[in-house]
Amino acid sequence: MARLRQCAIYGKGGIGKSTTTQNLVSALAELGNKVMIVGCDPKADSTRLILHAKAQTTIMSLAAEAGSVEDLELEDVLKVGYGGIKCVESGGPEPGVGCAGRGVITAINFLEEEGAYDDELDFVFYDVLGDVVCGGFAMPIRENKAQEIYIVCSGEMMAMYAANNIAKGIVKYANSGSVRLAGLICNSRETAREDELISALAAKIGTTMIHFVPRDNVVQRAEIRRMTVIEYEPGHKQAQEYRDLAMKIRDNKNFIIPTPITMDELEELMMEFGIIDQEDESIIGKTAAAEAVA
Amino acid sequence: MAALTREETEALIQEVLEVYPEQARKDRAKHLAVNDQSLEKSNKCITSNRKSQPGVMTIRGCAYAGSKGVVWGPIKDMIHISHGPVGCGQYSRAGRRNYYVGTTGINTFGTMNFTSDFQEKDIVFGGDKKLAKIMNEIEELFPLNKGISIQSECPIGLIGDDIEAVAKKANKEIGKPVVPVRCEGFRGVSQSLGHHIANDAIRDWVLENRDGDESFPTTPYDVAVIGDYNIGGDAWASRTLLEEMGLRVVAQWSGDGTIAEMEKTPKVKLNLIHCYRSMNYIARHMEEKYKIPWIEYNFFGPTKIAESLRKIASHFDETIMAGAEKVIAKYQSEYDAVIAKYKPRLQGKRVMLYVGGLRPRHVIGAYEDLGMEVVGTGYEFGHNDDYDRTIKEMGNATLIYDDVTGYEFEEFVKKVQPDLIGSGIKEKYIFQKMGIPFRQMHSWDYSGPYHGYDGFAIFARDMDMTLNNPCWKQVKVPWKTDDTSKVAVAASA
Repeated sequence: MARLRQCAIYGKGGIGKSTTTQNLVSALAELGNKVMIVGCDPKADSTRLILHAKAQTTIMSLAAEAGSVEDLELEDVLKVGYGGIKCVESGGPEPGVGCAGRGVITAINFLEEEGAYDDELDFVFYDVLGDVVCGGFAMPIRENKAQEIYIVCSGEMMAMYAANNIAKGIVKYANSGSVRLAGLICNSRETAREDELISALAAKIGTTMIHFVPRDNVVQRAEIRRMTVIEYEPGHKQAQEYRDLAMKIRDNKNFIIPTPITMDELEELMMEFGIIDQEDESIIGKTAAAEAVA
Repeated sequence: MAALTREETEALIQEVLEVYPEQARKDRAKHLAVNDQSLEKSNKCITSNRKSQPGVMTIRGCAYAGSKGVVWGPIKDMIHISHGPVGCGQYSRAGRRNYYVGTTGINTFGTMNFTSDFQEKDIVFGGDKKLAKIMNEIEELFPLNKGISIQSECPIGLIGDDIEAVAKKANKEIGKPVVPVRCEGFRGVSQSLGHHIANDAIRDWVLENRDGDESFPTTPYDVAVIGDYNIGGDAWASRTLLEEMGLRVVAQWSGDGTIAEMEKTPKVKLNLIHCYRSMNYIARHMEEKYKIPWIEYNFFGPTKIAESLRKIASHFDETIMAGAEKVIAKYQSEYDAVIAKYKPRLQGKRVMLYVGGLRPRHVIGAYEDLGMEVVGTGYEFGHNDDYDRTIKEMGNATLIYDDVTGYEFEEFVKKVQPDLIGSGIKEKYIFQKMGIPFRQMHSWDYSGPYHGYDGFAIFARDMDMTLNNPCWKQVKVPWKTDDTSKVAVAASA
């Protein structure tokens, strides 16, 4: 058996991490790989397309019911869905209370102690909450966890800011451990010259755009049915896109310590591609009313 | 050993600083000083209330210790919840010897530990629900409690629990004061911020409770004792003197104190502050809001007691002034006898202190009454207003050390060779092993009271039995037989 590969998916909130992850994982399973998804988001929506469920019962909610996480068994929390994909959700509190980051730490420790990472597995994918707001959400990229990070982004300004910031976070852990940036996944928002832009950004950070996933309504149609495109309409051209992504990830050998760029460099890049205008210093701090007078 | 000169003391500080790396040396230099009585402001010579250097074995505590342990804990008829994991409350339980009258577990709760005993799931999902449940259980199991305070441990601040909302709701449900205190241990540089936070919580959640309620009959002689934690019965030994001079003590803050007393304090005529460091904040607030003047006093040793009684009396009429004189005269034969007995045994002995809130300066007079001299002193968590008040109490050229490190304290002791050290439990055994008599001056070494005339007799007895204990003659190294053995032990420790 090949060595277990652990991959984490990061990216700006709402960019399509969970959808992309589940489609890509389904494609990997279709290719004959044994895969597990670990949802690291209190919303617990990382496995619904695999399990055809609204939201999987999470490790933390079960632990709260049982009294403590030590009272749980692996089979209580691990569900198997499409293509034999194993699914777990860390879970966590409602927005505004408690500490979701600690929930992720507790859940991943539990999975390790209970032997969830067994010899049969080829891949583990961590689907992580949009913003790495505290140490808990960096848990999947600490020592002995995910070695490969994929950042989902698009040609929108904030998505690129986020991608660059996540690269900064990876540098910190890459220098002290084995975690590496493995590529950018462009989940298209159909902005102008999007593939070129993300390729250019990837080059600056020191990596590649591993795949450009075009936008297609079939993704939404499948989601309404709580399914991946791979399962819902395997013959659709979008399913092939996810298969291409899956194969590229399977064959990927390009793992690097990223070289995040400065704010100025990022803005320059965006200007080059016309995402933002050349900065006009004369307008900074001026209200609409003041501009009207001038 | 003769007293050190100013030059010798300065040289000693330099010598001790020598071993530090440059940055630590620069920092620590600001916290060590040679006393100069001519100074008015201590900031000319010493820096205080700053973050401790890592690795130096500071003796400080944390904000939770300042709030739960010092200010709130002694309020006997309230239940104080240590909110968070079990250790903070359990390992500090009943440690401060705040005496109180009452039936523990029925109408008083001082030595009990109440905790929300946080588990993993409480961190992840928040502890608010558990806290609400605990308060219901408390009401059911301990219905004679007069209120609840919530003492935050570190995780509460990290996970952002809304303890204020829980407190407000519980207050409506049970109809008793429920006070949230944000005294998370990581806040501030020492327990000092915890005192301040605790004072602010009293200001915001307790003090106004009887505003506009005139049902409490007042007298012109009403006072409150503020900052006496009744360690070993200190507040009782103080209260009798005040009452004998004709004053009415309405409240004790907070040793053997109650929430009702605190609520009535805004009705008093004068606030008497013993521990300035931990409770000056609330005294200043009452001065501003209720126009109640406050004065500091010192009930250690007959000289300071007489001074303080007269100073307190000067704020009242002639009856009280005469009362003060009567009290001083009444006890004179007692304290004269104490001095006559112990002074010959203690005369000329030299003491080094390192304690907390008020004692580094307040006990100096009591030692002097016994013919002893304090040659070094310092505060764990003092501010510069404490050192301002210390300069005049200490002799010229004596040592002053702020937030002293384990290393510095040991080195100073080796060089100064005091006859007695007064500090805390963590310091006790180190110095005893060096062959130097030691008294715990936080807990009175399980003795006390030390306040008031009654306390002075016990203080004098304790110092004598420690200092003149025959055991010290037995502390010898086998290869030395003459009198230099004690020095040798000290030097090799």
